[in-house]
Amino acid sequence: MISLQGVTYSYPGTSSPALRDLSLEIPRGQFCAVIGPNGAGKTTLAYILAGFIPHFYHGSLQGEVNVEGKNAATMPQRELLRLVGLILQNPFNQISGTKVTVQDEIAFGLENLGIPREEMVARVAAAMELVGVSELAERSPLGLSGGQMQRVAIASVLVMQPAILVLDEPTSQLDPVGSREVFQAVREMASSGQMTVIMIEHKVEWVAAFADRAIALVDGALLADGEPRHVLAIDTVWRAGVGQTRYTLAARRLQELGKWQDGKRLPVTLDEATLTFKAFQKRR
Amino acid sequence: MIVEKAPAKLLPIEIEVDSISFTYPSGIQALEDITIHVSSGERVALIGQNGAGKTTLVKHLNGLLKPVSGSVKVGSWDTHDHSVAQMATRVGYVFQNPDDQLFQRTVWDEMMFGPRNLRWSAERAASSVQASLEMVGLEHIKEMHPYDLTFSSRKLLALASVLAMDTQVVIIDEPTTGQDYRGVQQIGSILSELNKQGKTIIGVTHDIDFCAEQFERSILMAGGRVVLDGSTRQVLSQISVIDQAYVEAPQLMRLAEKLGWDFMPLTVEEFIHHLDG
Repeated sequence: MISLQGVTYSYPGTSSPALRDLSLEIPRGQFCAVIGPNGAGKTTLAYILAGFIPHFYHGSLQGEVNVEGKNAATMPQRELLRLVGLILQNPFNQISGTKVTVQDEIAFGLENLGIPREEMVARVAAAMELVGVSELAERSPLGLSGGQMQRVAIASVLVMQPAILVLDEPTSQLDPVGSREVFQAVREMASSGQMTVIMIEHKVEWVAAFADRAIALVDGALLADGEPRHVLAIDTVWRAGVGQTRYTLAARRLQELGKWQDGKRLPVTLDEATLTFKAFQKRR
Repeated sequence: MIVEKAPAKLLPIEIEVDSISFTYPSGIQALEDITIHVSSGERVALIGQNGAGKTTLVKHLNGLLKPVSGSVKVGSWDTHDHSVAQMATRVGYVFQNPDDQLFQRTVWDEMMFGPRNLRWSAERAASSVQASLEMVGLEHIKEMHPYDLTFSSRKLLALASVLAMDTQVVIIDEPTTGQDYRGVQQIGSILSELNKQGKTIIGVTHDIDFCAEQFERSILMAGGRVVLDGSTRQVLSQISVIDQAYVEAPQLMRLAEKLGWDFMPLTVEEFIHHLDG
């Protein structure tokens, strides 16, 4: 459970807030996607949830952030780190660089918590399995491809079993099948009630297919919030520069040509597009 | 804006990759018997799952890696006989991770690094750098530190710094990573513009919808081999082969298949034309 009340934040030395008066509640077990153009405040939101703001980046933070019922700004950072796992946008920054094997890299966080060895081994194995890097266990983390590194970075956070998982474009380096696997794994973790998931993503087709909810941020403010299929079909969301599926874009093109039925909702997913365009073909 | 022409632009450069294989020191065989020919001015996408060998292959084109067997020629230059610095005058390579590439203290210095190494005159270097920054829309932040830029801007800067060297061949590894919708459109227009100038563009991408819209030819790789090589429409419309290589067909082709079409559209315009034609 996460709650933000009237959160406004400016980075040090800036006058224009990166987030403006943001209020949100995200219940436990929800898979919530955050969409929006670059510069909209998505990563800032991730940093606030993980406590990087205000513990690391100072600046000016107003409003209240509660994580699992406790105030994130006053909670000891150590406690917050155990509650919230953050997967950074650039996986290269997440790798410690001090470990010889992938397996040890993933175990790094657990070592610091003083987890018994047997449990540690089991948790590392389970996390590697979940993101499909088991066969890389003995490889050097520094010799991995971008996609492999991204999976390892995800595993290194999952292994900590945080109550809240924040992922900043976790599939940017992954092939389509790998992306789908990450979405599926995250979906399952949220559905089983193990984790609340906040995922920043540009891949809107997968957002529509897997997430419970989409929050569209623009210029630091909340523009739309709801079921992904609804949010992604909203005109102002599109005009603000949020990505669309090609299905929605095709429908928008028909709209521009004056060939779209007034008031008909735009298709977002493949299934919706199939139905919509089949009907369109029949009408002709 | 007048851009001074580099001599490289005057001579068309063909790329000949002749049955190359490559094994990393760790023993992992990354490429197996790859033969491809890229003509001057082509726009080619390399697609395939993570670990298919795409990045390993492009690193052969500028001599960063040398094949264990077979040969790579860029124009008349065999990469075995030329240094990476020499190859860099013909082939520009934009890394997947901009942070592997950027290291100067200001955007301007970063941009000037390549042209200075090419020993261009200060005027020619500055003019090329200015034009490249304008092309990616970063001309207003010359004095900034590259690490103060957002990830997507660092990607654009990494691209611009390669463009400033005005090579005939531009290789761009995962250009759309971390870009939002408008950023992806912008990268697309930059690639079109470069192609109009006659440059050869070789892109490595997982963004299959972007591939469909931006590249005329696609090479599908799997397990270090070339599986399909042809026009992007031919390659991507082989949906079952694409699926086996762990790549997903573009959205509009998947939709066309569901609608029972034989025609496989690459762009929204094509889709609408066929639907409404």
